[in-house]
Amino acid sequence: MTVIDYLYSLDPAKLLKNLPGGVAQGILWGLMALGVYITFRLLNVSDLTVEGSFATGGAVAVVLITGGGPQWLRALFGASSGQFPTWAALLIAFVVGVLCGLVTGMLHSYLGIPAILAGILTQLALFSVNLHIMSMSSNIPVSVDKYELYVSSRYVLRSIPIAAVIVAVIIGILYWYFGTEQGSAIRATGNNPVMSSAQGIDIERMKMIGFALSNGIVALAGGLVAQYQGFADVNMGRGASVIGLAAVIIGDVASKAIFKGHINFAVKMTFVILGGIVYYAVVILVLWLKLNTNDLKLFTAIIVALFLGIPYLQSRKRESFTSAAKGGSGNAET
Amino acid sequence: MLRLENVWKVFDQGTINQKVALKGVDLNIKDGEFVTVIGGNGAGKSTLLNAVAGTWPVTKGRIFIDGKDVTGIPDYKRASMIGRVFQDPMLGTASEMQLEENLALAYRRGKKRGLGWGVTNEERKLFREKLAALGLGLEDRLTTQIGTLSGGQRQAVTLLMASLSAPKLLLLDEHTAALDPATAAKVLEISDSIVREEKLTCLMITHNMTDAISLGNRLIMMNEGNIVVDISGEDKKKLTKNDLLQKFADVAGVQEETDSVLLS
Ligand SMILES: Nc1ncnc2c1ncn2[C@@H]1O[C@H](COP(=O)(O)OP(=O)(O)O)[C@@H](O)[C@H]1O
Ligand SMILES: [Mg+2]
Repeated sequence: MTVIDYLYSLDPAKLLKNLPGGVAQGILWGLMALGVYITFRLLNVSDLTVEGSFATGGAVAVVLITGGGPQWLRALFGASSGQFPTWAALLIAFVVGVLCGLVTGMLHSYLGIPAILAGILTQLALFSVNLHIMSMSSNIPVSVDKYELYVSSRYVLRSIPIAAVIVAVIIGILYWYFGTEQGSAIRATGNNPVMSSAQGIDIERMKMIGFALSNGIVALAGGLVAQYQGFADVNMGRGASVIGLAAVIIGDVASKAIFKGHINFAVKMTFVILGGIVYYAVVILVLWLKLNTNDLKLFTAIIVALFLGIPYLQSRKRESFTSAAKGGSGNAET
Repeated sequence: MLRLENVWKVFDQGTINQKVALKGVDLNIKDGEFVTVIGGNGAGKSTLLNAVAGTWPVTKGRIFIDGKDVTGIPDYKRASMIGRVFQDPMLGTASEMQLEENLALAYRRGKKRGLGWGVTNEERKLFREKLAALGLGLEDRLTTQIGTLSGGQRQAVTLLMASLSAPKLLLLDEHTAALDPATAAKVLEISDSIVREEKLTCLMITHNMTDAISLGNRLIMMNEGNIVVDISGEDKKKLTKNDLLQKFADVAGVQEETDSVLLS
């Protein structure tokens, strides 16, 4: 196939047709990225629990919606027979995600295991737990024809506004929460733990709350993504932490390019969602260009590595032995 | 007010790095006393303050604040009684948070942090008054990110934070050492006036002997994990720099005493 043939085979109409799907997925994965934002940016730790808790959220929501789950829980929501309410399934997914985060928090705070390792351990354990939740099948379908779902790739244009509203409500709640006494204490813990202890903040407890809240949101996002794609899968969280980082970083770069100076916290969170949308728009583009989608995770990793590395490289440029050998960067006076 | 009974602190016990930093310190500080602390590098001054603050548990001995045994209480739970300022101006404030948010965090020291607003309008009014008293023009910059302030401004804010929720004790660890002389003098002046106005009991480590003599009403000198000189009252008022150098030479057994030995 020649280049001309290749270009000729690209159909712009198809790109336009697929973009809305990218937007819908971007919003939902952007919500997942909001969870990552809480640990990565506010608490200043890298939490890999999300790769497990995302799938946990999907599994819990789908199992409940498709008629599974413990009988007492179904009875509690008046669903002994009939469909488990979709909102309740998402609520339970959130709560289970909170528990996942607490496990990581306890491994970190009580057993002194470094945060990254604690997250990896929980994530590994969750793989088995998720299989148990899904009664040992690795994939459970949930059809939008049979069940009432909030979002579905079959009804993309209807899903986008619903997803946007859900995300807006969550951003509103987070904006309020991180402005409260407790939320401020969590931000202070991530920013300066020494100062926080000196001001009477129990930093281990704050980290615990942060891990819990983060994974609750990630699991909620998992419950929504499972609905959107029409199934829950034990592997659906693979790469989630890096995709989350990508969205956070894209949002960061974009917001700093647009706004000068102080950026409102709600705006920052909105840009994390926009980061998710941009990420999925790129995914759609890659698919459209008929590049190998198996390479997508490779691209993602490279892009995130670059963006994480750029601030370091910039500081190296200003302050390196190579430039010192050449007589310095010449800004000694300023 | 503050009482230490036979306090020992051993770091890395049982390892090749084992270091006995406090060797049975006894200290009794009365309400309202302003104690300056001097001593050579590694004498155990910071360790003494950290023991009082509860940064880690002490190896042996008991610590009482206001008659209450706090030996088994971690730092964040002692914080309601204690205000701290560190040597590094970056350590005392949260750089990515706003000035008013930092002050509000300090204002809630010792109180439960619930779901009320992080900063209220009444508090803003109070903070503005307190900031104005510092004379640094910070009262109109409540929403400024702390990270954009200078080291001296941050140290002054940390001092204000340390005193904000009426602590029983103020602990200052070489808090002007990282500042230029003019700024250091200003921050020291603010420290002195806060201690006076709030009638605080204060322990201040300094490497500047002149400050150690001119400020406060009691002076202690540490050497090798112990308090070796303790001067207060009229004796402290009459104290000269030469007296101090001589005393240091006596206890440390140093012949050619110089500032650098004592100050480092
Ligand atoms: N966290 C620590 N771990 C191990 N050793 C420490 C620690 N803190 C202080 N030390 C040691 O204890 C001794 C006293 O230190 P310090 O109290 O900081 O002295 P200074 O009087 O200069 O403030 C020093 O030998 C120091 O190396
Ligand atoms: Mg010291």
